[in-house]
Parts: sequence; C-alpha cells; structure tokens
Amino acid sequence: MNALATQLPGLNLRNPIMPASGCFGFGQEYAKFYDLSVLGAIMIKATTEESRFGNPTPRVAETSSGMLNAIGLQNPGLAHVLEHELPWLEQHDVPIIANVAGSEVEDYVAVAREISQAPNVHALELNISCPNVKCGGIAFGTDPEIAAGLTRAVKEVSSVPVYVKLSPNVTNIVDIAKAVEQAGADGLTMINTLLGMRLHEKTGKPVLANKTGGLSGPAIKPVALRMIYEVYPQVSIPIIGMGGIQDAQDVIDFLSVGASAVAVGTANFVDPLVCPTIIEELPERLAELGYTSIEEVIGRAHR
Amino acid sequence: MIHTGKMEIVRHKEIARDVFEMTVIGQHTTAMNQPGQFVHIKVSGHHEPLLRRPISICSIDQDTLEFTMIYRVDGRGTKLLSEKRPGDTIDVMGPLGNGFPVVATPDIHAWLIGGGIGVPPLYELAKRLSESGVKLTIVLGFQSADDVFYEEQFREFGETYVTTVDGSHGLGGFVTDQMALFEQKPAIYYSCGPHAMLHAVEKALPDVPGYLSYEQRMGCGIGACFACVCPTTTGGGDYVKVCSDGPVFPAGVIA
Repeated sequence: MNALATQLPGLNLRNPIMPASGCFGFGQEYAKFYDLSVLGAIMIKATTEESRFGNPTPRVAETSSGMLNAIGLQNPGLAHVLEHELPWLEQHDVPIIANVAGSEVEDYVAVAREISQAPNVHALELNISCPNVKCGGIAFGTDPEIAAGLTRAVKEVSSVPVYVKLSPNVTNIVDIAKAVEQAGADGLTMINTLLGMRLHEKTGKPVLANKTGGLSGPAIKPVALRMIYEVYPQVSIPIIGMGGIQDAQDVIDFLSVGASAVAVGTANFVDPLVCPTIIEELPERLAELGYTSIEEVIGRAHR
Repeated sequence: MIHTGKMEIVRHKEIARDVFEMTVIGQHTTAMNQPGQFVHIKVSGHHEPLLRRPISICSIDQDTLEFTMIYRVDGRGTKLLSEKRPGDTIDVMGPLGNGFPVVATPDIHAWLIGGGIGVPPLYELAKRLSESGVKLTIVLGFQSADDVFYEEQFREFGETYVTTVDGSHGLGGFVTDQMALFEQKPAIYYSCGPHAMLHAVEKALPDVPGYLSYEQRMGCGIGACFACVCPTTTGGGDYVKVCSDGPVFPAGVIA
C-alpha cells in the first residue's frame, strides 16, 4: 500500500503534493530539474479565454517571510494552452488541475467547457480569488451568492470535477465555502493570497506598479491553517490546502486541520526541487509521528 | 545543466562603495561556458529573506573551478551576503539565462559599454573577445569616483574610458557622452546596465548590431513566475522573460 496515496473527486493521487497554480507555469521550466511524474498533480497557471499580458512591472516584492505578487493573470490564452501546453504535459503521467479565470461569468464558462475536455485535465480549479485583476477574480470570491452563481454556471459545462479556490480576503470564509458547496462544487482549494502592500523605504511609494499585490509564502501559513480549520467541519467536500508550505511538517499541519491534499506555491521559486524533496521526506515524517498513511492525519486537529 | 547547492566562498572584499567582489568554488562552475549568464543566490538557510538574489557572473576559471561575482549592497539580502566570509558556503543555483554571443572575428572593432552594477558581466566577455583577437573599446559609467571599479582590469583588454555623472572621475556625464566623442563606429557593440542607459546606447548606435543585457526584478529566475517580463518592440502584448529568454537580447528586441 502506498502510504501517500489519496483520492479526491476526479483525482487519484499517488501522493498529496502538487505545485500551486501560478507558481509552476505550465511545468516546462521545472521539467529541467526533475521528472514531473513524481508529483501528485499539477495545478497549471490560470488560463483565460484570450491571452493576457498582465500588469506592468515591478510585479513582485519580497516581504518578511513572504512575497507580494501582482502578475495579473498573464497567460497565453485558452487556444494556446489547449494546443501547446496541455499536449506537452501529456508526456508526463500526472493529472492536471486547470485553473480557470475570467472577467465575466461567460469567460469562465467558455474556458471551463473547453479545457475540461482535454484528456489530461482531471479537475478544474475555479479562480474566484485573484486579487490582482480589475474585473473578475476576487470580485467573484467575496460574495457568497455571486460565487455560488459562478460555480453553478461552470458545473453545468464542465466535464470534470470543479474545485473552487477561495479568497482569504473575506470576513467570513465559511459562508463562501458553504455557498459554493451548495452550488455543486466538488471540492475547495484554499487559500489564495492575502492582499498586501510594500513601500519603498526612501520614497514612501508602493513598490509594485499595481500598488497592491497578493501575499504568499511562510508568512501566510497561520492564516491558511486557521481558515481550513474553520471550514473543514462545515463542509463535506474535500479541501486542497495551500499557503506557505515549504516542508513535510507543513504538509502534516495542513492535513491535520482538514486538507486532503496540498499545493506548494512560493517555495518553488526558492527551491525548484521542493516538491520532490517533500514527497521523499513525507513518509519518514509520518513514521516519526507514528502514522502509516496520510489518511490517518487528515483532520486530526479536530479529534 | 543547472546546478543547485552549496558553494564555498574563497575570496570576498569590498572593491568600491557598497560594491563587493566574491569568488566561490564548486562544481557549478563546470557548467559556465558563456559570458553574461547569472546565478540565483539564497543568502540564508532560513525563510528570511525568502527569495533568491540574481547576480551576474563576472569571470569564470575552469582550471580552479572558481567563478567571481560583483554585486552592490542594495537591501537586506545583499547586506547579509556582504557579511559572509571566506570559508562560508552559499546556496547557488545556476548558471541561468542566455549570455552574450562571442562574435569571434579577429580584428573587428567592438565596443563594450557598462553602467554601474551592469559592468561585471562585460568582464568575462572582454576576456573572451580579446582572446579571439577582437579589438575592444570599453566605456564604463558610474555615479561618482567612489563607485568606480575594475577600470584597471578592463584596461588589460582594450582602451578603457570611465564616465561619472558628477564628473569626479573620467569624463563628466553619461556613457553616451563618451561614445559621442569617438570618431568611428564599431562593427558590433555589447552593453549591460540600467534600462534607460541601454535605450540611450541603442539609440546612439542605430545601424550597428548589438547585444544588450537587461536588469529586472526577478522571482524564480527560471521563467516560471512571470515577474521579470518586458514588452517587446513588436507590440500587441508580445513579451520576453528577462530571466530565461535573456538577460541578453539583440538590440531592437525590448521596447
């Protein structure tokens, strides 16, 4: 038996580790460092119907134990992803979770309908929480009714299970989680980045051209753990957890509060080999804690 | 091949105001075969500061497996780096990016134009072009006399001119002011420095083939995060990533 195996809607994972959307491109850069088939899954960069250039630079700024980004959903557009990126990924035996973004409900629906039919796309991640775009993104993720409406519309057209990526930039994340569950979401991914700002020390002006950006990295791990801890007992759909994961113990922490699998984001920028390293170290860490499978760890903070 | 892992510092000293020269030793060096590439350095073993720092490769010695970097202290990361001592190790990822093509046509005349912390990658390039018999004219621009470094080292490879913005050393003004004084244009030019300087250099040599190395704030350093994109002259939302498509681009590519 594989101690790391786990099953989620649409996803038969050999291990619970996957790179988070936006932190791994479409995989090609990391394939220079290791065989992508070792991963549980890959969450590819957000795809919109048309290509997007994104925001002006500077787009990233380092902060205490974290970083801000305001990339602005730069991507080559749906057609390119379908013709080039996804076929390239097919050479690797790894399920793809396609992150779907847009400005209007119709955009999400159009991308979801087509991308969910790609042979290696096993699930969608609905991006209703990107803080760096003027329309869409986070606007859909802060109101339970709007989030539910979008989830319903995408569920109608998707050929694969739909996970909704929740924003932490809300007063009550449980309300949003319950609303999208009722609307038919098959799972949740949480959390996206926290809205933040950094200033130039000399000028007092924001460093990012977009002024604000999404905070990620180890700095946000406590927020992510708290939010998953709150949502887990209130929903019956599985959660993929993310927010500052860097090592095997971080993974254990996320599983403990209720995540069934995890995504690693910012840490890929620091160490391109972080995902395979965690996959290698996780069985040992489980054994040290006296467990034989990750299933035993999921939700233990609540018991 | 891109190496990741520890390298040992063998020499480290301040060579101008807030500018440090660091030489490290290790297997990474074996993969360094072109001038103008960079390495991505993690200055601490913890997550503070979190990200790596991109630093250009200044010179490469395959015999000793050493390579040298020159960087300016400009924040927390480089401050911590400057406190490292010979014998300490640093986590290096590299070499990364695409360097300068060494156009090795003997007796042609090339200009090398560097600005501030853009000067270092031109050093390995000067070494190689000079070995190939290319005649070099080198122009190095700095803010002030206290900031000048490697003037003597470059002199070994060709006529070297220094400009300072405040006029405290060499010609007062910018590198383009020095370039305007030369009577003949080169067959090719290479440049590295701030974006504004590269634009000015490009404008001053419109009919000459050139290669420009760009600086840009980076995240991952390998092309995955889209932090360091630059729009291209073709417009229409076309872009390049400085870290993995560059940092060196032919003149006329970046808007």
